[in-house]
Amino acid sequence: MTIRKKVAVLAAVSALALGMTQAARAQNLTMAVGAQVTSLDPHYHALSPNFAVATMLFDTLTQFDADARLQPALAESWKVVEPTVWEFKLREGVRFHNGNPLTADDVAFTISRVPNVPNSPSSYAIYTRAIERVEVVDPTTVRFHTRTPYPLLPNDMSQVAILDRETHEGAGTEDFNSGKVAIGTGPYRYVNFRNGERLELERNDAYWGPKPDWAHVNYRIVVNDSARTAGLLAGDVDFIDQVPTSDIAGLRRDNRVRLVEKDGLRIIFLALDHLHKDGSPFITDNDGKPLSKNPLQDVRVRRALSMAIDRPAIASRVMEGAAQPSGQFLPKGAFGYVPGLEPPKADPDAARKLLAEAGYPDGFRITLHGPNDRYINDGRIVQAIGQFWTRMGVRTAVDAQPWTTFVSRAGKQEFSAFLVGWGTSSGEASSPLRSLVATYNRDKGYGTSNRGRYSNPEMDAKLEAALREMDDEKREKLLQEATRIAMEDVGIIPIHIQKNLWAMRPTLVHDSRADELTRAQDVHPAGNKPAAR
Amino acid sequence: MAVYLLRRLLQSALVMLAMSIIVFIGVFAIGDPVEILISPEADQIERERAIHALGLDLPLWLQYLSFLKNALQGDLGRSFVFNEPALQLILQRMPATLELALGATFLALLIGLPLGLYAGLKPNSFGAKTIMAGSILGFSLPTFWVGLMLIMVFAVQLGWLPSTGRGQTVEVLGLRWSFLTWDGLQHLAMPALNLALFKISLVIRLTRAGVRETMLMDYVKFARAKGLSPRRVTYVHVFKNILIPVVTVVGLELGSTIAFSVVTESVFAWPGMGKLIIDSINVLDRPVIVAYLMMIVLMFITINLLVDLAYSALDPRVRLEGK
Repeated sequence: MTIRKKVAVLAAVSALALGMTQAARAQNLTMAVGAQVTSLDPHYHALSPNFAVATMLFDTLTQFDADARLQPALAESWKVVEPTVWEFKLREGVRFHNGNPLTADDVAFTISRVPNVPNSPSSYAIYTRAIERVEVVDPTTVRFHTRTPYPLLPNDMSQVAILDRETHEGAGTEDFNSGKVAIGTGPYRYVNFRNGERLELERNDAYWGPKPDWAHVNYRIVVNDSARTAGLLAGDVDFIDQVPTSDIAGLRRDNRVRLVEKDGLRIIFLALDHLHKDGSPFITDNDGKPLSKNPLQDVRVRRALSMAIDRPAIASRVMEGAAQPSGQFLPKGAFGYVPGLEPPKADPDAARKLLAEAGYPDGFRITLHGPNDRYINDGRIVQAIGQFWTRMGVRTAVDAQPWTTFVSRAGKQEFSAFLVGWGTSSGEASSPLRSLVATYNRDKGYGTSNRGRYSNPEMDAKLEAALREMDDEKREKLLQEATRIAMEDVGIIPIHIQKNLWAMRPTLVHDSRADELTRAQDVHPAGNKPAAR
Repeated sequence: MAVYLLRRLLQSALVMLAMSIIVFIGVFAIGDPVEILISPEADQIERERAIHALGLDLPLWLQYLSFLKNALQGDLGRSFVFNEPALQLILQRMPATLELALGATFLALLIGLPLGLYAGLKPNSFGAKTIMAGSILGFSLPTFWVGLMLIMVFAVQLGWLPSTGRGQTVEVLGLRWSFLTWDGLQHLAMPALNLALFKISLVIRLTRAGVRETMLMDYVKFARAKGLSPRRVTYVHVFKNILIPVVTVVGLELGSTIAFSVVTESVFAWPGMGKLIIDSINVLDRPVIVAYLMMIVLMFITINLLVDLAYSALDPRVRLEGK
């Protein structure tokens, strides 16, 4: 063999090898996500990072599309048979990864398993509690009997991953984590899971839906923000979520990276102390003496506090544009969004006038609390609001604490005003209304996160009517009315709705989701498929 | 000797007991794990069920007693988050941390000793001054910043090394090790160097001080006067003597590296015990926090005991009689 021949062979071999690695690369996707995945058992711990993973391996009866609208999944259609009976028609020919067919009996089994997962720190039973009994009509038809008329059942079914009776009967959480029974009907199959490190998946060629793009997916957990961004820039990962706002400007200029954003469903707002009638724990007069009554009881004071905040300034300066100022719980287009209900324009003078009318011409002192490690830039938002309030005449001290400490104290009504957030995963208004502003009531399950204990019987009545109303149009109207009442009464002070950010190689496109889920099936090679918007 | 050992063991048991109480009360005081773990959508009934399921509805002292009872049978509880035995979770991650800590110690000796030796032998040279100035940086630069800079330079700009995570692993003795594969070594390099930085500086300074001191000793002068080559004086007479303090300090440092490599592990997404403990603290996963700290206490107690025993064996002036 002459040298020239050797060189030619070598070149051919290396070209082949290069071609192969490129082809392999086009089939592989490495993602880095910022939130911890704690379990592969889709019924163990109800948190969105776990649910994102569950929807890669498993399927639900219904599902939300990227804009949080309800779509068919394992169920092709559903209808109300009687006010307390929902009927779901299953897709035919769906098989689990092990070849078992999906039947209505599997749905019945799933509903019975959900509330009985041992040691669950947060159960998915909240989505199945309305169901009194499951009736298997035939192998592809299942009926859910509810105690009372329950319009939200199709929404709830979008959160419950369907399991196989034969495979999963008696299976425990550890059997899912070890991969033994991590078997669903979803677009990707289990390969390997290392707790707190990574999940490896491969394509399910027999998937009932659109064919998944990636032969192999490496879903890595990288909690540190800078490390995630660096991983993308270094080319170790193809796709990251939760891009820190401080990196937005730099990444936009970088042609190695494509940045995408999507209006989310997480509202950042201030909760106010409505519980203490005479004297709120962190409000004093200007000399530091406690006040005899709680100024926040006066709607004019609440309005003034809301009016003093320059929301667009927070969105553009603090959030680097990754937020949409809001005057209500949900973004435009969501079910229950009230058209025309905008946040008040920042107007310190009008706010001062309102304060004077309410009997506080010289203002008062307040401490604004908030977390500093929970929401995007939460500590800095609290500081900004403190400055706006002080400028208006309410001398504000700010106190941002770690979420672990903060949330326990907020739940005991220890604060006067504090910043929190709420992610409406169901994409419709009854969730925030029921949890955040409905009167606290254990038996009804209302006001669970109503930490300021706002209460308005008129709003409660509208909400309760909405939760019984089976007609979508009428229900939306009731929800809009309830939202309007709570907002005009300033039960809470909405600040903005967060935008979700993802970054990826320019060769990829992403169906960005309003509900923050980061999943392999939403990422496609550019050119292969235009991003469905 | 037996009396001494017995007394030490008894002391150790008391320290561990005290530690468990402190951690228990500490975690309880920080906040309520259910508030953090539970889905925001959950209603009050679900909240109560979760509190009951995790055993948090009992008074603290009852929770503690039941923990103690199980701990004495070797069961340190199940993680609230992962629903796996806490001890098992920690042990799964131990190889990753061990190889990181040992890698860092290895680098510290490999880099620190020669540099320290040079700085000690030629204290007034430009090189020695640069090394000493550099070692001040090694002490004072914050680990997380250096880690990020390493990533920016070697992964992002130069593209030589992978930015984060642990590489391919091989199973040996039932545990997964990554330092046996090329991919694994590449992943190990940066976090190990980052963790080693402080230790390198420490070794440089210890070695230099040792060399400077020893060079003035009579026996070195005598060796020189005898006509031994400078090489032999340095590597046999000086080097052996300065190794004793270096090895002692590095050995003790190893313990704290294993226990507290938290920052490096989270910057490099290294799936070790340090990352587990910080993640667990963030969600108040008490069984894991308690089990981890108990294990660390046990480790330190054991190291100290071994050191004391070794001293008494090496140095007859140190006596271990229970007086």
